[in-house]
Amino acid sequence: MAEIQIKNVAKTFGSYTALHDINLTIADQEFMVLLGASGCGKTTLLRIVAGLETATTGEVWIGGRRVDHLAPKDRGIAMVFQNYAVFPHLTVFENIGFGLRMQKLPNDQVKRRVERVATLMHIEQLLKRYSGELSGGQRQRVAVARALAMEPDVILMDEPLSNLDALLRMEMRAELKGVLAESKTTAIYVTHDQVEAMSMADRISVMHQGKIVQAATPIEVYRNPAAEFVAGFIGNPPMNFLRAEPAGEGKWKVAGQVLDGPSTGKGPLQFAIRPEDIDPADQGLTAIAKVVEPLGAHLLVTCEVDGTLFRAVLDSDLQVKPGDKLTLAPQPDRVRWFDPQSTLAVA
Amino acid sequence: MTDATATAAPATDTRRAGRFLYLAGVVVLCAWVIVPIYFLLVNTLSSPDTVNSFPKPFIPDFDLGSLAFFAKFAGMLTALKNSVIVAGMTMILSILIGAPAGYALSRFDFAGKELFRLLILLTRAFPLPLLALPLAVFFIRTGLDDTTFGLALVHTTLALPFAVLITFSLFSGIPIELEEAAWTLGCTRVTAFTKVVLPLILPGITASAIFAFVISWNEVFAAAVLTIENRTLTAFLLQNLDTSPLHLKFAGGFILVVPALIFIFAVRKYLFAMWGIANR
Repeated sequence: MAEIQIKNVAKTFGSYTALHDINLTIADQEFMVLLGASGCGKTTLLRIVAGLETATTGEVWIGGRRVDHLAPKDRGIAMVFQNYAVFPHLTVFENIGFGLRMQKLPNDQVKRRVERVATLMHIEQLLKRYSGELSGGQRQRVAVARALAMEPDVILMDEPLSNLDALLRMEMRAELKGVLAESKTTAIYVTHDQVEAMSMADRISVMHQGKIVQAATPIEVYRNPAAEFVAGFIGNPPMNFLRAEPAGEGKWKVAGQVLDGPSTGKGPLQFAIRPEDIDPADQGLTAIAKVVEPLGAHLLVTCEVDGTLFRAVLDSDLQVKPGDKLTLAPQPDRVRWFDPQSTLAVA
Repeated sequence: MTDATATAAPATDTRRAGRFLYLAGVVVLCAWVIVPIYFLLVNTLSSPDTVNSFPKPFIPDFDLGSLAFFAKFAGMLTALKNSVIVAGMTMILSILIGAPAGYALSRFDFAGKELFRLLILLTRAFPLPLLALPLAVFFIRTGLDDTTFGLALVHTTLALPFAVLITFSLFSGIPIELEEAAWTLGCTRVTAFTKVVLPLILPGITASAIFAFVISWNEVFAAAVLTIENRTLTAFLLQNLDTSPLHLKFAGGFILVVPALIFIFAVRKYLFAMWGIANR
């Protein structure tokens, strides 16, 4: 059992606040991804859990034990670093067995565990080599194997795939997910790549400016973004936003069309819809096509609605040319509303 | 085809000229270093008559008389022993003091760090003769005068700036993630240092230590001023060679130069590395 609780953690560097009052609970064996742009504090948060950084205030609990005052080695964690951090003076075998040697395990046990994780990561033929003789992908495998060999309660990964080329990254993504599910450890995985986050996570914590904006399952984050930032960050292309003026109880005027919306709030709201949740129809938003990009499976049409840039993913059989006038109907159950003041979602 | 050959000819000429200049440069530089050492060698291995005659032979007559004289010269072995002791102490002290300073400079942020780095270099800007008199007085008062330890202290201050800067660049060349990885794998700060950082920088540390040894070995001014009985080899030879015949001066010089040359040759790779030239 290794549930991770982060309670009221804040971190300041001088006058700069990197993390504001973070509260997050990660269930046992859960795969949690911290997702955000660079500088949002996700790596700082991971390093605080690892013990490589101390929080200015707040507590970190792992498996019901408060660990924020403990050294990294006493926290039951293992970490995979972005640049792999494979020790150059040791062979792959000694790298993987490094933590086990530190625990003073007998030789035969070290050998057995190293060989097991090496087989798991498909590097059993590299055990005698040195880091300098390995490719980036192989070093990555060694780094993961070294963490797994510790049989930790918690495995922490800091953008482990970001230095790999695209093809290798996709391959490692699936493999890593499988291996981690098998190992039954709790994982925190930091990335700025939303595809990685969506495909691997049990739950995603979207971070922005030192705060967790939303922590939910990938589908929830995608379908029901809790704030404008999440809606604009997740999805490629991201959500479309249009200004909505109140037009009576539960009615909102969007680009000249009156739509059903939330009955709360007096002032204007932001109407939001994903590009793929828009269909051409007889009645709907009037759009002028600007750019048409055939993507094979779909047609990405960038158009202008009410003076605002608006993207729609349409059927590739549709004949659209730049300058064409389209009538686009948003799917009513996929429309989301945001309060422009608080930027939060309005039900 | 004809165009290609027409343009290729001058290009080859330029390349040949460049190659000639390059080789000439190499020859001149080598001669600059090797010729004096060669003369030193020839004259050391020649009999006194040959040394004073002209023209000199290019191949020495392998007369070991001059060297044999030094081996039997009273006080010579003691001076050699003193030199080794002082240089050894200098080596140990400058690494013991310099390496932690280099580590701190490379790993921690603290107020006045840049100023500190500048001050380290400035210690080299202070001429030793200016310090010699107050230093001698102070050493006499504290009883450090004419001791190998006292001289080693002075040599350490001379070698320390290099030790700090060399180890600083060595530590900076080791990614902090390697240490952090070691911490997460069960190491304390100390064991991470001994198991990961130390093995990686040991060759560099050795080079830095030998460099400190050579600085002490070659130093003559402080040695001459601060010691009387316990002279180091440099001070001893300086004192005695002044009035010696020419062939003994050559032999004395030879004895001083050879160990320093051997040491520097042994660590050349790391001395280049610290200036960022070599491929490590």
